[in-house]
Amino acid sequence: MEVNNKLIQDIAKLSKLKFEDSAANKMKEDLNKILAFVDKLNEIDTEGVAPLIYMSKEVNVLRADEITEETSQKDALKNAPQKDSDYFKVPTVLKK
Amino acid sequence: MNSYTSFKDTQIALKNGKTTCVKIVENYLKNISEKNSDINAFIEVFSDEALERAKQIDLKISEGTSSKLAGFVLGIKDNICIKDHKVSASSKILQGFTSLYSATVIERLLSEDAIIIGRLNCDEFAMGSGNENSVYGSVRNPLDMTKVPGGSSGGSAAAVVANMCLATLGSDTGGSIRQPASFCGLVGLKPTYSRVSRHGLIAYASSFDQIGPLTNTVEDTALLLEVIAGKDKMDSTSSSVQVDDYSSFIKPVKRKIAVLKDCLEREGLDVEVKQKLESTIQQLQDDGHEITYVSFPYLDFLVPTYYVLTTAEASSNLARFDGVHYGYRIENPENLEDTYIDSRTTAFGDEVKRRIMLGTFVLSAGYNDEYYKKAQQVRRIVQNKTDELLKDFDFILSPTSPHTAFEIGKKKVDPTVMYLEDIFTVHANISGNPAISIPLYTHSNGLPFGLQLLSKDFTEKDLLSFSSEIMKNFSE
Repeated sequence: MEVNNKLIQDIAKLSKLKFEDSAANKMKEDLNKILAFVDKLNEIDTEGVAPLIYMSKEVNVLRADEITEETSQKDALKNAPQKDSDYFKVPTVLKK
Repeated sequence: MNSYTSFKDTQIALKNGKTTCVKIVENYLKNISEKNSDINAFIEVFSDEALERAKQIDLKISEGTSSKLAGFVLGIKDNICIKDHKVSASSKILQGFTSLYSATVIERLLSEDAIIIGRLNCDEFAMGSGNENSVYGSVRNPLDMTKVPGGSSGGSAAAVVANMCLATLGSDTGGSIRQPASFCGLVGLKPTYSRVSRHGLIAYASSFDQIGPLTNTVEDTALLLEVIAGKDKMDSTSSSVQVDDYSSFIKPVKRKIAVLKDCLEREGLDVEVKQKLESTIQQLQDDGHEITYVSFPYLDFLVPTYYVLTTAEASSNLARFDGVHYGYRIENPENLEDTYIDSRTTAFGDEVKRRIMLGTFVLSAGYNDEYYKKAQQVRRIVQNKTDELLKDFDFILSPTSPHTAFEIGKKKVDPTVMYLEDIFTVHANISGNPAISIPLYTHSNGLPFGLQLLSKDFTEKDLLSFSSEIMKNFSE
């Protein structure tokens, strides 16, 4: 697997990150090194092995569908970088 | 001046009236103010609050109403939430963030009258093995200031060895408690996956993360685990298996121990680490324990498996940091998309971005089966092999780390070199088993290193009892 510039930009877009020029090149180099290292996994035969997905052995942890605690609106807005009395504020989404 | 290195000593001194909680806290605060500017373990000290609480607990002690951890002073890794306190995972992206609630482990510690003295530096989002990826700068190893304390719970290890608090909580996703414990000469435990609630732990890789203690003694680790472990309705993955009385150790019995040949023969393992381990193995055998050298052919696959799966989980977990709801936002973004992208690009460090990118890649359409699913299959194979070994043996013994603490700045060039730091520790996170590092050795370079023991799921009581026995019999 060889990571090229286009792939870096595609993944960056999905990751909501931006890499320009030297940062993009560095990321490409690093990912190529890491993937070469990770390619080791292909040496193991995993034919027919079920993927291990859940690590907890708890089964069907159920609870009543009731609201037991609530973060107040005031608390939820407490850490917002920009807000007004009721809402998180973001830049204009639709241009006039 | 108090220099209590165990809670037992602290309790005796409190009982005999030789000290008070207030004095104990004052002494730790003094140590912090003298040493922390060099070591950089604490990123915030709760001085007034800790003193105030110490006063209250002294009162409770005098009235005979105090609980189990009265007088126990702890520092907390900066990825565990404490209500109305800042928490940042050592990242700029959580700049200014104040937690709305406390992690379950914090509530449990406080309800037993523990005193929390501050929050501790770590690698950003717990991603690193040297505590060099922090927005607050590197932590220095108090035993040798040119060396790292290990990571990612580097501040948690440095604070204990520098006597700035009695013990700390860290988190362990691939060795982040055990490797710093080894580098700083401490006991570090990663409990069985799901043994300790993760509610209030800032997630890195949810199927790997566990909170655990770093302490001077096995007894203190046992006591803290007893308090923090157990079912929690706020973490549906937390186990309902009954919590043992870990701190009452079972009496010594002869054990069956597997030694992983592949670990001892591993290229890059320090010669002295190997020799000292082999001498312990010999001593154990002489003492009547049954030692068997076994093959574990998956050693070289552990770190690759770990990186595929943890980065995949991290890329999802870190999607919540968007510059909108909390934390850092870039100044004057032009539109919403730029708010997300520029805030994240500016405020995440290089290692975090690298892992988000790798994680996004291994989950992306077209590569998912080849990488993510493949690694999940290998994870199953590793877990099966581990279970199989532990049918025949009580413990699996290995070094904690291939060497002693390395120099600050030395391993930052190639990420895969740093990733191999975790080669012996990631096993327990991949399989879910509990594992402990115990500080048995001092290298001729003057630095400590640990021995790692791994055991069956939920057998922490055996693991801790045996560790205590080894510490008594074999520590240098």
